[in-house]
Amino acid sequence: MTGHLVACPECDALHRRRALRRGAKARCVRCGAVLYRHPHLHPDQLLPLVVCALLTYVIANVFPIVDLQIQGQTNSATLYGSILALWREGRELVAVLVFATTLLFPLVDLLAMLVLLLTFRRGRPATLWRFVEGLRPWGMIEVFMLGMLVALVKLSHLAHVLPGVALWAFAALTLLMAAILTFDPRALWDDPEGAFR
Amino acid sequence: MTVMSARDAGLVACTHCGLLCRDAAEETGIRCPRCRAELHPRKPDSLSRSCAYLMAAAILYIPANMLPVMETSSMFGAEKDTILSGIVYFWTSGSQGLAALIFFVSILVPMLKLGSLSVLAWTVRRRSVYNRRQRAVLFRIIEMVGRWSMLDVFVVALMVGLVHFQGLAVIQAGSGAAAFGAVVVLTMLAARSFDPRLIWDPPVSKENHD
Repeated sequence: MTGHLVACPECDALHRRRALRRGAKARCVRCGAVLYRHPHLHPDQLLPLVVCALLTYVIANVFPIVDLQIQGQTNSATLYGSILALWREGRELVAVLVFATTLLFPLVDLLAMLVLLLTFRRGRPATLWRFVEGLRPWGMIEVFMLGMLVALVKLSHLAHVLPGVALWAFAALTLLMAAILTFDPRALWDDPEGAFR
Repeated sequence: MTVMSARDAGLVACTHCGLLCRDAAEETGIRCPRCRAELHPRKPDSLSRSCAYLMAAAILYIPANMLPVMETSSMFGAEKDTILSGIVYFWTSGSQGLAALIFFVSILVPMLKLGSLSVLAWTVRRRSVYNRRQRAVLFRIIEMVGRWSMLDVFVVALMVGLVHFQGLAVIQAGSGAAAFGAVVVLTMLAARSFDPRLIWDPPVSKENHD
């Protein structure tokens, strides 16, 4: 069988698969692309991170990102409220884009990871992953995080700005997502030593 | 260094789960036995799709930069900001670092992306064998950096959500914001439909295989 071989996803070069140290990655000899990696974290260690990220996600979206004060008037906004405001003033396309990249796709990604980590020992993890894999590049929490900081700097010229709970929650979520997304689910089935069983 | 590609060996790698399967070139609609995804030795119509997305993005790049992305109406009158005038505002108000960052992700990155993807598509069509490794690295950078162009769209969305003080100041998204978002999405689609493996495919087709 071909289980001991791996093809480079970016140049199709064939390589013989070798066991890696924890946290190491194998690179293609021809084009330098990452072939596969041995994750830093065991799936059972990743699971609490995913649960934590889901909780943080809820906090980040329930509480206001920032409170704004101009001459006694106070305004606060959540991410969802901003998207709704865009929709109401007729910018549906932008609203849908922001909704999908900051709310929907990251949530679907996290939920799918949760299901994958809970069921990979008995289910068919590769089948579920097929649907999630395409969404991953479209989740943009970290870009949104930077966008929030830019918006805050911009607003600080205009009004008195008080960072809200959700701002910190988004910062935490960005870090959690970064840790979770380094885990390549392919390691769940390309697991010759059976270390994850 | 001789490298054998999976295709030379009569194998197809599943693009979703990575499983190597025997290539049955004549049959279509073959699915990966592990994840049930459709198997293709190379992404189907990679170049045509990529070029179509690129052209659409190039056309929308013009309104994205000419039309206002943000409209501010306050006691001091109405103001319309394009991407560039927003950058100029940051620069003149003392945040040069931020101005440089936004200039990089919203102006430079989309432009370089359009340029380099066109170059990649063109060289692949010519089956060029020069600088393959550099082109592969270029593609990897494009895929990594592209998403950050969404920054300005998020900034506008937040400003709209936050600033609506009746009688004092209201901020609305301009029509340029949708065009700009579309450019980012289209260039990302162009990059995703481009198959980097084409860079490495042999210049002369099947007969000359050894």
